[in-house]
Amino acid sequence: MDLERQFEQTVAADHRVEPRDWMPDGYRATLIRQIAQHAHSEIIGMQPEGNWISRAPSLRRKAVLLAKVQDEAGHGLYLYAAAETLGADRAELTEKLIEGRQKYSSIFNYPTLTYADVGVIGWLVDGAAICNQVPLCRTSYGPYARAMIRVCKEESFHQRQGYELLMTMMSGTRQQREMVQDSVNRWWWPSLMMFGPSDAESSNTEQSMVWRIKRHTNDELRQRFVDMSVPQAEKLGVTLPDPALVWNPDRGHHDFGEIDWTEFWQVVKGEGPCNAERIAHRRKAHEDGAWVREAATAYARKKEQAA
Amino acid sequence: MDNAYDGLTDAGEEKHWAFGTGFTAALAGVDRAIPDADRDSLTAYCLMLGDDALIYSQRLAEWCSRAPELEEDVALANIALDLLGQARLLLSRAAEIEGVGRDEDALAYLRDEREFRNVRLAEIDCGPGPGGDFGTTIARLLIFSTWRLAVFQRLVTSADPVLAAVAAKGIKELAYHRDHAAQWVLRLAGGTEYSRERIVAGLDRVWAFTEELFATHRVEAALPGIAVDPASARAEFDQVIDTVLNAAGLDRPQVKQVAALAGQAGRDGVHTAAMGFLLAELQHIARSMPGARW
Repeated sequence: MDLERQFEQTVAADHRVEPRDWMPDGYRATLIRQIAQHAHSEIIGMQPEGNWISRAPSLRRKAVLLAKVQDEAGHGLYLYAAAETLGADRAELTEKLIEGRQKYSSIFNYPTLTYADVGVIGWLVDGAAICNQVPLCRTSYGPYARAMIRVCKEESFHQRQGYELLMTMMSGTRQQREMVQDSVNRWWWPSLMMFGPSDAESSNTEQSMVWRIKRHTNDELRQRFVDMSVPQAEKLGVTLPDPALVWNPDRGHHDFGEIDWTEFWQVVKGEGPCNAERIAHRRKAHEDGAWVREAATAYARKKEQAA
Repeated sequence: MDNAYDGLTDAGEEKHWAFGTGFTAALAGVDRAIPDADRDSLTAYCLMLGDDALIYSQRLAEWCSRAPELEEDVALANIALDLLGQARLLLSRAAEIEGVGRDEDALAYLRDEREFRNVRLAEIDCGPGPGGDFGTTIARLLIFSTWRLAVFQRLVTSADPVLAAVAAKGIKELAYHRDHAAQWVLRLAGGTEYSRERIVAGLDRVWAFTEELFATHRVEAALPGIAVDPASARAEFDQVIDTVLNAAGLDRPQVKQVAALAGQAGRDGVHTAAMGFLLAELQHIARSMPGARW
């Protein structure tokens, strides 16, 4: 049986493809791109919330937030390791990120303006990420699927902590409740945008579905997220900023308004409120740390020679 | 697994979450009896140890998303979290002994600079800000963790059962911090010419604050059997530091010390210029929204 047919059968039977197995070049390239973007998103995603660690308003919240941002660094590490099993090199992927040749999730190009944003990012942004990522625990490439199981467990924990912060704030002062609503108003639409372009516009979806890299379309996942979020918003006591949002009993789903696709593509193309500063921050850390990495490499080489 | 997310609206139900809601309290089961000693001194002593950890944790967390490598982002955040955990236990104990209804947050967020009792080594900017770099950061981590570990090893027999328990938990953490720092000192000293310069410069900078670490404070002197006299930890500190420096081929820094002001330094609320700015950042949200719930 030829290798290509064997690969197709493995994938169609929902078995996992492992690093040493033969795979089509396109499958390998698609996975490297997707896993790298995912890893970059974790690393860039440290910034909008990391921004609030020094100012967290209670010691418990500070510990929770620091642990969360630390988890994101850990997620980036597992994902870069998964990409390396496909022959990618972490240092090269990092170069591509800071040169703008590889993307990361556009959601992180929005600013965090108040401490309520820490809660709303946990609830909505991590919630949308979970909707995207839970199906990836069954994705066809083994190392990616296994990394995602651990990532999803931790993301679920983050989401819960975000929601719990918002519940606490909603039981606080009027100013706090207004902060939460303002934050929901700013993050709701960008969260919906996290699922990517509509199915009609999504160039990569079809092949990825055949390869079982993706298991649901962008619009299916977006619908699922909306349906999950509406009762959560009610329980929290906030209004989602979409006058068209209404339960449709015929479909058994919520109808919702149209995303501002002009803004979506603008942010994707690098013109979001924070694109430049996110990359500049990453680049500075990378460049400032170059001498440390060089020292560690030189030291390891000397130790090896001495042995 | 497809609905890891479903249970969110029911925030009171633990089973919906990937992990339970409750964590076992760090000192569950520890006797919280307050020993027979001067309350003001005991409160102050808990604040000293707690403030050291809180303020240094604040500094270390500044590295988050700025470290030279992802592994180091994780490691420094981990150390900051350990210290924040120690700070919370110690400030809570201070509040309990003080007995006027304050809690860890009131002590962390609503005290002014002159009331903070941390050593100045904890507060200075050693990077990633303009006051330092990774070399200075590692130098401080080595000095601070070696000193605190030596103190905590003596604190495990304290007559205050809570302090003894905090120390017993803390020595495992601090041993890891010290080891992490020592490994980096070796790498930086033995790596490139430039990295060697950076670790030497870093050690010179932080060494100026070491004498303060071992000066016996009157609060410590007033609590025999409860507090550790830091002077008693000096020999061990010197031995550990010399071992690390010898292995790295470095000399012990020969620099002038930053003196106290009329005998007073960090332990008496006499801080460096950096401290006010650090506190402004740490405290501003909590202070600008009185009555808020977090």
